[in-house]
Amino acid sequence: MKMKTIKTCVTALISALLVFSPVAYADKWSDQFPHIKTTGDIPGECSYESMSKKDYSGKTLKINTHAVPVMGEPTALHAEQFAKLTGAKVDVTHTPAGDLYAKAMVPFQAGQAPYDIVFGFSNFINDWRRYLEPVPKKYVEMKQMQDVTPSHIGVASWDGVMYQFPVDGDRHYLKYRKDVIDNPEYQKKYKADTGKELRVPQTWKEYGEMAAYFNDWDWDGDGEKEYGSAEVMKKDDLMYAAFYSRSAAYSKNPKTPGGFFFDLETMTPLINNPGFVEALTDWVAATKYVPPGGINFGLGDEIGSFGGGQTLFSFSWDDAFVAAMQPDSPINNKVGAAQLPGAMKVWNRKSNSWDEGFNQAPFFVWGWAVGVAKKSKEKEMAFDYLCFFANEANHQADIGIGRFGVNPFRNDDFKAEVWTQIGWDKDIAQSYVDTLAKMEESKNRVFPLRVPGTFEFNAALATAAAKALAGQLSPQAALDEAAKQWNDILNRVGKDNVRKAYSVGVAMEDNKL
Amino acid sequence: MNFKHKFVFLFPGLFVLIGILIFPIIFTIRLSLSGWNSYTPEMNFIGITNYIRLFTDDPRFWESFFRLSFLSVTTVILQYVIGFALALMVWREIKFKRFFRVIFLIPMMTTPVIMTVIWRTFFHESLGPVNDLLGNLGVKPILWLSDPVIAKFTVIIVEVWQWTPFMFLLLLAGLLSLPKEPFLAAAIDGASPFRKFVYVTFPLMAPISIGAIIIRLIEASKIMDTVFVLTSGGPGTATETSSFYIYIKGLREFQMGYAATLSFTYLVIMIISLTIIAKVLTKLMIKE
Repeated sequence: MKMKTIKTCVTALISALLVFSPVAYADKWSDQFPHIKTTGDIPGECSYESMSKKDYSGKTLKINTHAVPVMGEPTALHAEQFAKLTGAKVDVTHTPAGDLYAKAMVPFQAGQAPYDIVFGFSNFINDWRRYLEPVPKKYVEMKQMQDVTPSHIGVASWDGVMYQFPVDGDRHYLKYRKDVIDNPEYQKKYKADTGKELRVPQTWKEYGEMAAYFNDWDWDGDGEKEYGSAEVMKKDDLMYAAFYSRSAAYSKNPKTPGGFFFDLETMTPLINNPGFVEALTDWVAATKYVPPGGINFGLGDEIGSFGGGQTLFSFSWDDAFVAAMQPDSPINNKVGAAQLPGAMKVWNRKSNSWDEGFNQAPFFVWGWAVGVAKKSKEKEMAFDYLCFFANEANHQADIGIGRFGVNPFRNDDFKAEVWTQIGWDKDIAQSYVDTLAKMEESKNRVFPLRVPGTFEFNAALATAAAKALAGQLSPQAALDEAAKQWNDILNRVGKDNVRKAYSVGVAMEDNKL
Repeated sequence: MNFKHKFVFLFPGLFVLIGILIFPIIFTIRLSLSGWNSYTPEMNFIGITNYIRLFTDDPRFWESFFRLSFLSVTTVILQYVIGFALALMVWREIKFKRFFRVIFLIPMMTTPVIMTVIWRTFFHESLGPVNDLLGNLGVKPILWLSDPVIAKFTVIIVEVWQWTPFMFLLLLAGLLSLPKEPFLAAAIDGASPFRKFVYVTFPLMAPISIGAIIIRLIEASKIMDTVFVLTSGGPGTATETSSFYIYIKGLREFQMGYAATLSFTYLVIMIISLTIIAKVLTKLMIKE
């Protein structure tokens, strides 16, 4: 009996050691690097353990990244960790978003490589790819890369070659105040006052009506006024992406494949068709239900405004949602996620008329992207750094911090447990991952414009939309002006050059890739 | 006597002049005749295509230029009037004269970009203290940065705050260097302070005033940091100035060739217009 007890204890002890050994292994690193305290190190080719076996002493890695905190903070943090693990010296330069493109392009075009690693946006890929080193096969075939969703592999690649190392996944979706929309008292009041249901808005018109109703009064009882919506409306601060999000439902018609931004056959810009004009008209109306000064909100303002509990709705990247869900947020566990609103009509450019009926189209907007300069002398170390940046432990820690700007792009991210373990309510976590997963499944998606001169096209559109928002031009006149400029850019760049590049995006939108 | 060796001493200065002034201008002219952009990064030759585009198909540049003219003329006039008033105030024997002189100079000593960030925070429509204070007085929030007209005046306020001390400094130096005799003669004649100012101080200050105004006009015509930080040229394009527009074309959209065309054209326009302004001011302010 005694012997049996001893045997049982020994077996239990051995089992326990076997079961918990990864945790014990992880703890060794999480003690040293508290950033990964939730998961510890997770074994893999670029884990903390693996990186600690590399020796880059005496070598220097130079990185140009975004300003702190969005993407700049995780870059610097992982640089510091990488330096500790490998002995490398890592110099990180922080650059404002608007200058990231030029800061890399100037030396690229001069044949220099002042930075081994350059951060930018995924839609730079066509302009940058000739100066970037393709991601080596060994990294493409790694386990951590196999988990990246096909959409994001597509965003990071060009003609099947991966140029950008996936570190972030981006899409626009709707964020709303669950404590208002699901509140029976407000539902009753809204019905009584408007005759309509208070629910997660299904269309942009509903979004506008609800936002206008819940604008400029204290609806959460905190003694401060709240507003309808926080949106990125500042001209040079990614507002074109917000406009595309609003336009997708009105203009991405599944019956008319062959282009959202241009008609691929003729390369006629489509941005001034009635679908886009309707979206811009809605957006001009939105200037009445954003917080004071909301017309100048950039991404940081939008994150702060919705994340700080100032508005009922918001739509853009994940950051505002994650910020709202952080433990120190005043609206922690009071927010919900849903797909972007749709529309009850969509423009049919073939029949030149509206197709009646509900239409919705998710926008896989560009995300943060990063590549290694072809002229870098430290390519191996650079790819190791990027691989370490995106390793499973770092990634899981990063996606839970709103200000980091690191958003889900791996299949594992779409599991509710990932989010409940950092304190999210189960139903919110589930609605969040369901929203993201549904976008991946959609067959009516819009991908960002990735053609030569992307920056020019988007800047022309943003300027025109900004003029409409400021009341300088009507929506139709503004978009006509943008379309004229798009034609001028096409003539300068060459229609065939743009068509060739655009056909890749169209193939993704038409589910052919 | 052979003076040729003296030219050797000119070479260092000449070399620096060519390096920092002549070469960049010639390079800009050459670049302006190319189509250098993100997709064709080369110094190809496209003739005057960029100039034709500028003069026939770019109303945004001209709008930004006229907006700049309005902003720079308005700010410089305000800076001159306020700067002159402050200089006159501390020119006289008043208490704490030195203290005021230092206080008035502080805005000029601060870093423009950082101060503009602070001003932007002040004027933030929903979170800034200015609207908060006005709200306590029952005034509705003012759209300091989001109304196309008010945003221009916000830029003017910040520019005037930042650069009036420079005008003050130049004018005070001018006042302190004026001869005493004309003032003594005016006092003997029993001239009132107003007549003293109109007939003695102002005319004597005219040469210095012209210099100060021209210097400030040159600086104001390059206004970029304030607009960049405060409004980013918005709302819409309501506060976009020429230099900010050139920056957008060159370093945001990477149309280097076209941005060079804009820069060179802008340089020529500024040289011509500032020469004319200087002549007009001389005629108006200096009486023979």
